[in-house]
Amino acid sequence: MATTTDPLLEEIQGPTPGQLLRRRVFGHHGLMIGGGLVALLVVVAILAPVLAPHDPYAQSLLERLQPPVFLGGSWEHPLGTDHLGRDYLSRLIYGARVSLMIGVIAALISGLIGTAMGVAAGYFGGRVDMVVTFLINVRLAMPVVLVALAVVAIFGGSLQVVIIVLGLLLWDRFAVVMRASTLQVRGREYVAAARAIGCSTPRIVLTEIMPNIVNNLIVVVTLEMAHAILLEAALSFLGLGVQPPTPSWGLMVSEGKQMMLFEPWLVMIPGIVLFLLVLAINLMGDGLRDVTAPENRS
Amino acid sequence: MIKFILKRLGLALLVALTVSAISFSLLFMSGDPAAAIAGETASGEDIEAIRRIYGFDRPVLVQYWEWLLGALQGNFGESYYFKLPVADLIAERLSITMTLGVCGITFALVTAVPLGVAAAMRPNSLIDRAALLLSVMGQAMPSFWFGLILIVIFSIQLGLLPPSGSSTPIHFIMPTIVLGYYAMPAIMRLTRAGMLEVLSSDYIRTARAKGASEVRVMFRHALRNAIIPVVSLAAVQMGFMLGGSIVVESIFALHGAGYLAWESIGRNDLPTVQALILVFSGFYIVFTFLADVLNAWLDPRMRTA
Repeated sequence: MATTTDPLLEEIQGPTPGQLLRRRVFGHHGLMIGGGLVALLVVVAILAPVLAPHDPYAQSLLERLQPPVFLGGSWEHPLGTDHLGRDYLSRLIYGARVSLMIGVIAALISGLIGTAMGVAAGYFGGRVDMVVTFLINVRLAMPVVLVALAVVAIFGGSLQVVIIVLGLLLWDRFAVVMRASTLQVRGREYVAAARAIGCSTPRIVLTEIMPNIVNNLIVVVTLEMAHAILLEAALSFLGLGVQPPTPSWGLMVSEGKQMMLFEPWLVMIPGIVLFLLVLAINLMGDGLRDVTAPENRS
Repeated sequence: MIKFILKRLGLALLVALTVSAISFSLLFMSGDPAAAIAGETASGEDIEAIRRIYGFDRPVLVQYWEWLLGALQGNFGESYYFKLPVADLIAERLSITMTLGVCGITFALVTAVPLGVAAAMRPNSLIDRAALLLSVMGQAMPSFWFGLILIVIFSIQLGLLPPSGSSTPIHFIMPTIVLGYYAMPAIMRLTRAGMLEVLSSDYIRTARAKGASEVRVMFRHALRNAIIPVVSLAAVQMGFMLGGSIVVESIFALHGAGYLAWESIGRNDLPTVQALILVFSGFYIVFTFLADVLNAWLDPRMRTA
C-alpha cells in the first residue's frame, strides 16, 4: 500500500491509528514533561564522564564544604563541594547512573518474575492461581524496607546486592496486574481460535496474550522503577544500601545530614534531583497509561 | 459470612507461617550464627561451645519448630546484643511505633478524604488540580528527605518543633506528617474516584430531585458509600506504614520498634530482627484480615471472592 498525501483522501479515511497515537502522546503534557525529564537524565547518566567537571571520587581537603554558586561559591564547583572536598555536581551526575541502573535492572528482574507468575496464574487458573495468589499475599505481608535492610546487611552492601534484593522483592505489583490483565484477555475469541488451530501454550501466551497486555506491563515497569529508585535511596540513606564512596543520591543526603545545621544545601540538592527523577518517571507512567488506554482518561 | 471469615482466617495463618519460615531462614543466610555471636577473637572451641549452648548443632527443622513454638508463646529468644529477652525489648518500643502509626493514618485520612471529596465535587477545578498535584508530589517525595526538610524548616530555621526524641506529643508532629503523607496519595485518589462513581448514580439524582441540600447529598448519601473501599485501603496502608516506620523513626530518633530494627540490623542482632519482621508482618496480616472482613460485612458481594 502506497502512502498517500492527497488531502481529500486523508479526510475521507480519517487519521490512522498511528497518527491518533502520536497526537495523544504529544498532546499529553504530563507524558511530555515526565518523558522529557527522564530522557534528559538518561543522557546525563550516559555522558557522565564527558559532562562531569571533576572526578566524582577526587578528594581535596583544602576545598571542603565550598558553597554552591547561588550561595556565593565559585564556578569552579558550581554546586559546591562535600565534606571531603569532592565536587558535588560531578557526584550528582554520576549518581544518576546509580539510580537509573538500579531502577532499570531491579524493574527488569522483578518484571520477569512477576509477569511469569501473573500470566501463569491468569492463564492456567485453578491450583496455579491459588499458589501464585498465596505467594503474592506472603510477599505483601513482609515489610519491604526491613527485609531488604536485613538481607543487604547479611550479604554486604554493594550495588549488585542492592539491585538483586530489590529485584527479588518488588515483583508483587507485576504479578497482581499481569494476573488481572491475563484473566481479562484469556476468554477472548482470538485466544480460543489460536487454541482451536492447535497452537502450543507458549505460543498462545507469547503471541496472543502478551501483546494485548503489554501496555499494562509498561505502566507497572515505570511505577516499579520509581519504587526501586526510592527504596535504594532510603537503604543507602540508612547506611545499609550502596556503600561510600559510591555517589548514590541517598548516600549523599545521608552524608549531608551531619552538616545539615550549617549547610542545608548539602541535603537539599541531591534530594531535589531524586524527587524530580521519581516525579518524572511517575508522570511518564501515568501518561503512558492515559495514552494507551484512552477510555480510562479522566 | 462465617464460612468466608474461616477461609480468610486460614489464609492469614498460612501466610503468617510462611513469613515465619522465611524470617527464620535469615539466620542461616548469614553464615555460621555461632561464630557471629562468639565474635572475631573467639577460638574454635568457644564457637563449638556456643553452638551447643544455643542449640545450633541440632537439625534445622527442630530449631525452627522450637523457635516457632516459642514465638507463639511470645518468646522470641534472647537478643545477641542486649542479652535480654527479645519480646521485652520489642514490647517496650512498640507503643511508640503504634502511636506513630495511629497518628499517621489519622493524619492521612483527615487530609486525604476531604481533599478527595472536594476534588470529586468539582472535577478539573483548581482544587481538583491542587489535590492531584499534592498526591503526585507525595508519591515522588523520598520520605527521609521530606523529614529532613521539615527538620531544617521547623527545628533549625524557625525553632518551633523538636528535631528528635519522643518525650512529648509535640515530638510526634513531624514524624506523623512524614508518615501520613506517604499514605495520603492513594487514599485521596480512591476517595475521589469512589465519589465520582457514586455521584453519577441514580440514587444521588433522586436525592437531589427530592430537594436534599448539597451538603446532605455529599455526606449523607455519597460519602457513606464511597468511604467503604477507603476504610479497607486505610487498614492496608496502616500495615505498610508500620513497616515504613523504620525510616521515619531513624530520621527523628524516635526509639520505637522501627528504630530498634534499624539498630539491630546494624548490630547483626538476628533474633531481634527476625522477631521484628514477624511482628510487622503480623500487624499487616491482622489489618488486611480485618479490612477484608469489614468489606465482606458491609458489601455481601465480596463474600464470594
